[in-house]
Amino acid sequence: MYKNILQNIENVAVWPVISFVIFFLFFVLLLWWVITADKKYVDEMGQLPLNDDATPNLTDTNSHLL
Amino acid sequence: MQLEKIQYDNKIVKAFIIATVIFGIVGMTVGLLISIQLFYPLANFDLQYTSFGRLRPLHTNAVIFAFVGNAMFAGIYYSLQRLLKARMFNDTLSWVHFWGWQLIILAAAVTLPLGMTTSKEYAELEWPIDIAIAVIWVVFGWNMIGTIIKRREKHMYVAIWFYIATFVTVAVLHIVNSFEMPVTLFKSYSFYAGVQDALVQWWYGHNAVAFFLTTPFLGLMYYFLPKAANRPVYSYRLSIVHFWSLIFIYIWAGPHHLLYTALPGWAQSLGVVFSIMLIAPSWGGMLNGLLTLRGAWDRVREDAVLKFMVVAVTAYGMATLEGPLLSLKNINGITHFTDWIVAHVHVGGLGWNGFLIFGVFYWMVPRMWDTKLYSSKLANLHFWLGTLGIIFYALPMYTAGVVQSLMWKEFNPDGFLTYQNFLETTTKILPLYMLRSFGGLLYLTGVFIMAYNLVKTAAAGKFIANEEVEVAPMVKTSSAGGGWHHALESKPVLFTTLALVAILIGGVIELVPTFLIKSNIPTIATVKPYTPLELHGRDIYIREGCVGCHSQMVRPFRSEVQRYDPKFGEYSKAGEYVYDHPFLWGSKRTGPDLHRVGSKYADSWHYRHMLTPTEVSTGSIMPAYPWLYEQIIEKSATAGKISALRTVGVPYEEGYEQTANDDLDAQAKKIADGLKMEGYEVQNEAEIVALIAYLQRLGIDIKVKNEVAEQK
Repeated sequence: MYKNILQNIENVAVWPVISFVIFFLFFVLLLWWVITADKKYVDEMGQLPLNDDATPNLTDTNSHLL
Repeated sequence: MQLEKIQYDNKIVKAFIIATVIFGIVGMTVGLLISIQLFYPLANFDLQYTSFGRLRPLHTNAVIFAFVGNAMFAGIYYSLQRLLKARMFNDTLSWVHFWGWQLIILAAAVTLPLGMTTSKEYAELEWPIDIAIAVIWVVFGWNMIGTIIKRREKHMYVAIWFYIATFVTVAVLHIVNSFEMPVTLFKSYSFYAGVQDALVQWWYGHNAVAFFLTTPFLGLMYYFLPKAANRPVYSYRLSIVHFWSLIFIYIWAGPHHLLYTALPGWAQSLGVVFSIMLIAPSWGGMLNGLLTLRGAWDRVREDAVLKFMVVAVTAYGMATLEGPLLSLKNINGITHFTDWIVAHVHVGGLGWNGFLIFGVFYWMVPRMWDTKLYSSKLANLHFWLGTLGIIFYALPMYTAGVVQSLMWKEFNPDGFLTYQNFLETTTKILPLYMLRSFGGLLYLTGVFIMAYNLVKTAAAGKFIANEEVEVAPMVKTSSAGGGWHHALESKPVLFTTLALVAILIGGVIELVPTFLIKSNIPTIATVKPYTPLELHGRDIYIREGCVGCHSQMVRPFRSEVQRYDPKFGEYSKAGEYVYDHPFLWGSKRTGPDLHRVGSKYADSWHYRHMLTPTEVSTGSIMPAYPWLYEQIIEKSATAGKISALRTVGVPYEEGYEQTANDDLDAQAKKIADGLKMEGYEVQNEAEIVALIAYLQRLGIDIKVKNEVAEQK
């Protein structure tokens, strides 16, 4: 029954093809981006949260406060 | 380089922290109360405002939007300013956001116990509040994007990506799912009906979990876990893959909430496939979090902050493995509608969200008050109470889910259901419900201890309302490497657009075919719109939150067909719901399914049952509904309801709203006369009469004739 419903949508066969192409391209581009990312840039980004301490009494040296 | 003096706004963070703790306690206390109601029905107090059906949405909304929501904002306002080296864009916007959000919570706390609800899970609030949510959400987004644009740090750390995705996606989800036709100021009908309403609702519901409870907290994890561990995230590259694949895949997985229902099969399969794929990014993220602690595990033994975070990330990993497995049709057939799902969401809620919040608060508060934590012993006690609380919550619920489900499906050698009476399967698991409440109590006790600890910490320190720092202005040139791959994350507007596109692709491909087939959905010629009296009854059903415990979806299993429709053997069909604005399929069976309850019992059975459930079903845990016998149907609303439903597509004839109350009176008189004949005194216009009319209508149209017509 549902097969008939789907057949009633014009060019329904193209939907899965479009989905697959979008998916495939998306992950290829994502991996390409990640793999070719510059190491210096990646390291710098990873350090970002650690470089914003401003509270005077609480530097890394006494982060054992619990 | 000239350094610039700026001040981070801690006051707004403090406000959100206080709101989190208060609403956490409120939301969890309501949760504890409703868990007790399930084995001790007297705890419903026979009051309409405190009955389970009305308090359950209050619990979920309070915990999700008030507790987790406020904590999310506290964490975002704290980390965003520091990661971007900029004060929040505009202090006024910050405070409009804060007070607006609290007012919305207040509105929820008032309207939900009053029974003003759309009945769509986690989207129960009525349309004026929906509009307020949209406005305040935009204020939050405006403030955040504004801060990003005026930042002094060229690069946007991955946490900020998660925040942006949260803002964009929640906005889209909320707006699409909230299309509704107002009847009065606090009553509306969903724009969508039946199958479509179900699909949109669970596209929303699933992604509310994804983009309200998950992505913002992953952002917080990527910021606060490295801070607490004092080392960078294990792999920044992995975090990029984590982000994009998570937001790209998550949006497709919603239909796994509707397996074996009347939803078209292709949509169900789509949901399953994408749910399984979700394991990869989720576990990538979990491992990234845990591996960040490499070389620091010795500190996890002493540091309560790290303990909370480790358990939170582990709970994230467990819940995100369990979720996809629950999406497999064979497993879902057993676990759906049972307490297993309740356990699953609470591992996520108590473990992932709760524990991450606690860890972050124990880390932030001493820093914001420039002191040390008042008592690390109490923090550790909180940790163990919380952990035991989760165990005492989850394990009994897993057991209850499996035990009850297997009892539902058990046949004796003669081919009949072993447990014909649904109630037998409920009373069996009541001891497990008691254990669950004990677990909840432990967890809540821990939260009280945290509140005390944080208050004492704040009292001992001095609050830094505006934290002054010296920062360098943003350098325009590329600081490292160059190349196109980080050109993207330095352009916030482009980035936001791409994130929007990523989540829209899944949403569009999933939703559009269902809307295209609107005119082609297999209609059943004998399925007719509800009569005015039944419509009022349905609205009472919605108001009382019956959907919280009763599904209206007989799945195509032998065990369900035999239990719910032994005479005709009909499972639920898509065409039966075409006039259901909103759909009421439900997601949990604390009581039996009601889709085929029509004409199953006499009117007088329902009359007695709703008044004193235990008199009709010994040992029933259903609350009593005495007020339905005193309150009168609001007949003045009939015309508005009919017109509103006609606008969204229900084929009531033009002008029918003028005469609808005549039909209502006639049908009500018939039911009331019948009850009086059996000796039950009842006013024709009592609400119970309308509710009986609705219940007797449920699922019977299909039995009139077996004519299936396809409208082309």
